[in-house]
Amino acid sequence: MATRTLHGLASAGRNILWFLRGVLGEDAYQHYLAHHARVHPHAEPLSERAFWKDKMDWEDRNPQGRCC
Amino acid sequence: MSESSAPTTGLPPAAVDPAVAEEQDRKWTPAKIIIWAVIALVGGIAWAILAISRGETINAIWFVFAAVCTYLIAYRFYSKYIERKITRPDDTRATPAEYNDNGRDYMPTDRRVLFGHHFAAIAGAGPLVGPVLAAQMGYLPGTVWIIVGVVLAGAVQDYLVMFFSMRRGGRSLGQMAREELGIIGGTAALLATLTIMIIIVAILALVVVNALGESAWGVYSVALTIPIALFMGVYLRFIRPGRIMEVSLIGFALLMFAIISGRWVAESAWGAELFHLDRTTIAWAIIIYGFVAAVLPVWLLLAPRDYLSTFMKIGVIVLLALAIIVVRPEISVPAFSEFAGREDGPVVPGSLFPFLFVTIACGALSGFHALISSGTTPKLVEKEKQTRFLGYGGMLMESFVAIMALVAAISIDRGIYFAMNSSAAVTQGTVEGAVAFVNSLGLAGVNLTPDALTGLAANVGEESVVSRTGGAPTLAVGIATIMNQWFGGPAMMGFWYHFAIMFEALFILTAVDAGTRVARFMLQDTIGNFIPKFKDTSWRPGAWLCTAIMVAGWGYILILGVTDPLGGINTFFPLFGIANQLLAAIALAVVMAIVAKRGTFKHLWVVVLPLAFAAVVTITASLFKIFSPVPAVGYWAQHNAFRQALADGQTSFGTAKSVEAMEAVVRNTFVQGTLSVLFMVLTIIVIAMAVTATVKSYRTRGMPENEDPRVESRIYAPAGLIATPAEKELEARWKSLPAERQPVRARH
Repeated sequence: MATRTLHGLASAGRNILWFLRGVLGEDAYQHYLAHHARVHPHAEPLSERAFWKDKMDWEDRNPQGRCC
Repeated sequence: MSESSAPTTGLPPAAVDPAVAEEQDRKWTPAKIIIWAVIALVGGIAWAILAISRGETINAIWFVFAAVCTYLIAYRFYSKYIERKITRPDDTRATPAEYNDNGRDYMPTDRRVLFGHHFAAIAGAGPLVGPVLAAQMGYLPGTVWIIVGVVLAGAVQDYLVMFFSMRRGGRSLGQMAREELGIIGGTAALLATLTIMIIIVAILALVVVNALGESAWGVYSVALTIPIALFMGVYLRFIRPGRIMEVSLIGFALLMFAIISGRWVAESAWGAELFHLDRTTIAWAIIIYGFVAAVLPVWLLLAPRDYLSTFMKIGVIVLLALAIIVVRPEISVPAFSEFAGREDGPVVPGSLFPFLFVTIACGALSGFHALISSGTTPKLVEKEKQTRFLGYGGMLMESFVAIMALVAAISIDRGIYFAMNSSAAVTQGTVEGAVAFVNSLGLAGVNLTPDALTGLAANVGEESVVSRTGGAPTLAVGIATIMNQWFGGPAMMGFWYHFAIMFEALFILTAVDAGTRVARFMLQDTIGNFIPKFKDTSWRPGAWLCTAIMVAGWGYILILGVTDPLGGINTFFPLFGIANQLLAAIALAVVMAIVAKRGTFKHLWVVVLPLAFAAVVTITASLFKIFSPVPAVGYWAQHNAFRQALADGQTSFGTAKSVEAMEAVVRNTFVQGTLSVLFMVLTIIVIAMAVTATVKSYRTRGMPENEDPRVESRIYAPAGLIATPAEKELEARWKSLPAERQPVRARH
């Protein structure tokens, strides 16, 4: 019983973490790698550092609105 | 190259068989009947208690039950009706996220994550502020409007705009307006959007200034968010790129430290000297900050602050909901206050109709959402059917935030509420003045004592709580009152108060930066039609010039608001609501034209109802503001009264005690009156164009649509938060495909 509760809590914690990571956009690099592997399977993908730099520069040119 | 050209044979279907879905949907098992009967019963009881109760107090939990039960019923039945009759989503059709997938702004995203994403983008300080100001009329008008408004208007707008934008490759509201309403309607919509952004940023900034004025603690902790964000930006850029969670946690810890250490700083002599600033100085600081933040690279300030703001948004809302359920405060505010039937309320002037409906915009119907629901979110939607959960459901969630803000505001003593929210023009900004003014209002059961105000100020660590208008401080007191009953006790009130001020300031400053930036790009795009060089957004002089124009626009109104001899918030806030509802009317007008084009005339009322209401509210409110002979309500009446007084050689008039103050009123009312006229004219143009387009469609029984061509979908995901049995089964079939045949979607 106790182990089941523990398992339940651990899985809830993992889900919350997964949710927050997704909402904050931390998984963007993983998406990029997956997308890159599919679209340009033979080209070398950007390094993580270069990817985030590129992403931020892109956001510079494409601002996202925030509501009131 | 395009995946859509790949064969779909051998793959499981991309949609649940409509017949099976229909059967599961329509079949009423005993368990289902019992659940919905209980929801309806609890909701009905809660509404009856809210509506009929005239006892001493009423428990806040009934607000939660009335809201949640109504949302559930509306989501299950009304939004489903809209889905069945109007949107008619088709999951075999690929969404732009699938057929345009670029791993960047177009990307199939898990519906639950996207819900959080969308919610964080639409909800900010708006739903926290409006309900607080509207509480002067009593709790019932605001509660009814927030809940009924969201069900029939706000959520409908968000859902339909999102759906139609998704069918158009994620096009923005402005682009859809041009397509559907022609060049005149499109231009009016663009002009309205730009003006509205200026007004909204200005008034949000005014709320922050009022919350931080003469508060060393507040100024210190909010100012500290800037170095915290800069640190986070540098950390993510150079030290550990991509570790957003980690840096957000560090940022959050630093933020807590900023709040806690604020007390020590404010109590020290040097801290008080350095951070005790008057409102005009703070306003200038925000203007300079707004310009700098909008031209700095995103990674340095804007993006990290947005992470922090999102983190706080989700955390605070969960915390507040839990606190209200745990503490269940007793509310002693009457259902209808003395000001519900009058037009001289000290918080925001004007009669219940139409001013309740413009005071509470966000939370019930917010036109600004149409800018997020078009463009940003639709490019990430995985399956067409998910738009109901994201658009309709997301807005219900924001409405719930507004209800919680209302509960927080009405859980504080009414005398204190009016002392905090009446402008310094009537309270003189002193405890004695506030006590005399509030007690002279003749409110039932209100007997304000000077000790109540000084005691509260000491508890929350502020010099004074008198005339802290704008809604944010009142909400902060409400939250501190509820939270300290949960844990911490009165000793923690100062922390909770500044915690609340901090997150409101954080949301607002994020909206100010992002709003300025988005507006700058819109302006560059517009000017670029005449001077092509401006279209190049990386061209520095153009970027700086357009940023300066936008900042000057909202900065000017902010300074007018801060120095307004009549109070500021009470005269400017109605413009915020009118602007927001006007944008809603524009969005609904565009949606109406689209629904008509699809030939869905029988159910057009779903759109016409909120559109007509938004139009009547905006136009009536504008007419009041333009033509009302009551100076507190009509901008021009006030303008003419002060001009006459100046012409007569008077040196003081009403609450303006000098010739300069009188001239300031003449100038401010001119700006406000002009904006009212502009808003009304633009609304009428856009609605007229939409009606013309609708009638044209009616005559021809529908017109060709501007949708993107259909592409077969090759991915599958359930529609709502919880998958139905049929959806689970289909999901399992997709999961059982061999790895190399699995579609690539953002699985996280």
